[in-house]
Amino acid sequence: MSDARTVAEEAFRRESGRALAGLIRVLGDFDLAEDAVQDAFVAALEHWPRDGVPDNPGAWITTTARRRAIDRLRRARVLSEKQAVLQAEADAEARLTTGRPTVDEIEAHGVIPDDRLRLIFTCCHPALSPEGRVALTLRTLGGLQTDEIARAFLVPEVTMAQRLVRAKRKIRDAGIPFRVPPDELLPERLDSVLSVLYLVYNEGYLASSPAAAIRHDLSAEGIRLARLLVDLMPDEPEAIGLLSLMLLHDARRAARIGPDGALVILDEQDRTIWDRALIDEGNGLLERAASMRRPGPYQLQAAIASVHDDAPTAGATDWPRIVALYDRLRALSPSPVVDLNRAAALAMAHGPDDGLAEIDRLAADGRLGGYHLLHAARADLLRRAGRRREAAEAYRRALAATVNPAEVAYLERRLGEVTADA
Amino acid sequence: MQYLLLIYTEEIDPATVPAADQEAEMTAYRAFTREVTDRGYMRGGDALEPSSTATTVRVREGRTLISDGPFAETKEVLGGYYLIDCPDLDTAIEMAAKIPSAARGSIEIRPVWELPMSATPDAVMAAADAG
Repeated sequence: MSDARTVAEEAFRRESGRALAGLIRVLGDFDLAEDAVQDAFVAALEHWPRDGVPDNPGAWITTTARRRAIDRLRRARVLSEKQAVLQAEADAEARLTTGRPTVDEIEAHGVIPDDRLRLIFTCCHPALSPEGRVALTLRTLGGLQTDEIARAFLVPEVTMAQRLVRAKRKIRDAGIPFRVPPDELLPERLDSVLSVLYLVYNEGYLASSPAAAIRHDLSAEGIRLARLLVDLMPDEPEAIGLLSLMLLHDARRAARIGPDGALVILDEQDRTIWDRALIDEGNGLLERAASMRRPGPYQLQAAIASVHDDAPTAGATDWPRIVALYDRLRALSPSPVVDLNRAAALAMAHGPDDGLAEIDRLAADGRLGGYHLLHAARADLLRRAGRRREAAEAYRRALAATVNPAEVAYLERRLGEVTADA
Repeated sequence: MQYLLLIYTEEIDPATVPAADQEAEMTAYRAFTREVTDRGYMRGGDALEPSSTATTVRVREGRTLISDGPFAETKEVLGGYYLIDCPDLDTAIEMAAKIPSAARGSIEIRPVWELPMSATPDAVMAAADAG
């Protein structure tokens, strides 16, 4: 029974986003739509474990949630004269009974109108706070509960609940439209969507905080959302590039943390346990994106990850090609972090001294001063150049700015090596 | 929906601005106002006297407290506004970005709060039926 319940819960979570998106479009009200989908969830937990998950769970959820929404509106009408509710009901009933096809009709034609793309763009609207965008995307499209999102981002549940309320309220009260943006706005708005999804993924992958086990789910969620975006926008090379990037990084997950919980850097990873299926899928996506001839930062980062993933050993990596890819990335979206990564690749291609010169230039410009990876990268190059005393100093500075336990463990091991008696 | 577009800029002494620049700014504002009007969004708008003319009033425990100057001392000050009625926030953002001062100052977009009980249920139902 509990297995059947788990299956039902998972199926519901996977399939409910579409119903929610459709209800938000019809109702123009996130809260009412969420309540109706929650009602459908309760109903699903009653029926599905007993009768099995229906053949078309998405349509089942849509039908049930719609009926519950109408029930709720009717009840609200009796209890309250508030014009907003009446208006919503008038709109909803008109659309449910006339303009829109019924679920039976939809099933007969095999098409469910998909409003999830509108929902993604609305949740990632740049007029919302960045934290609000992430939270709302996970809540509505990821189907995560508020307490789950709160735990993943290590904030109290009440804080996360407020964040969600504020975002939903702003969508309603500031008149943020529920739509896919018109062409002239699309590039800018798509950037916001991609960065939200990448942030979700990276929170899980890089875990800027110690609760690593819980956060694993976030990278899976980021991948799931990126897959959804690619399904919905199959002609957007940067969306495909982002999914490719996630998969090409995720392929190394098992090799990235050692048995002692310490981070294993790329050079030292056991490449035989990299996930070949993920690498193949990532490379396939990258080719598909590249064939569209509209390069972008995510595709370039995926290309860099792909060069790494295809190298049998760190030494056999095509470092000059990686440097060249970073040059193109730098031209397209300049950032000191890209410069830092380029410097590290340069060191591999031409020796540590070239890389160190670049890093020292970066350190002098000051923008990366508190960034632990600057000190960590510099420390690694000093170590490889045999400048142990300076390396130790750099490892100490990196440690002072690092909170992630796997990274701390790695840096401590290196510090031990360079301070041990030769 | 109605939006108030609040125009914040650094105050510059007009005496230091060449006449040609002032004229160009006026022309740009006239063109913007014409566009807002032509698109049917215009509900109002004005430029304000400089913040040195501002007076701030507070009533505390029945006493009216009056002070010279704006409510908050900031580098950019409120210099004017437009009140527009347009379909959604994206349209309001599009219009705000076209305000000539957006290129050097900031435009704050504030939706106007619509009183939920301002219309009678009958009127709302009639409007919904018509829509």
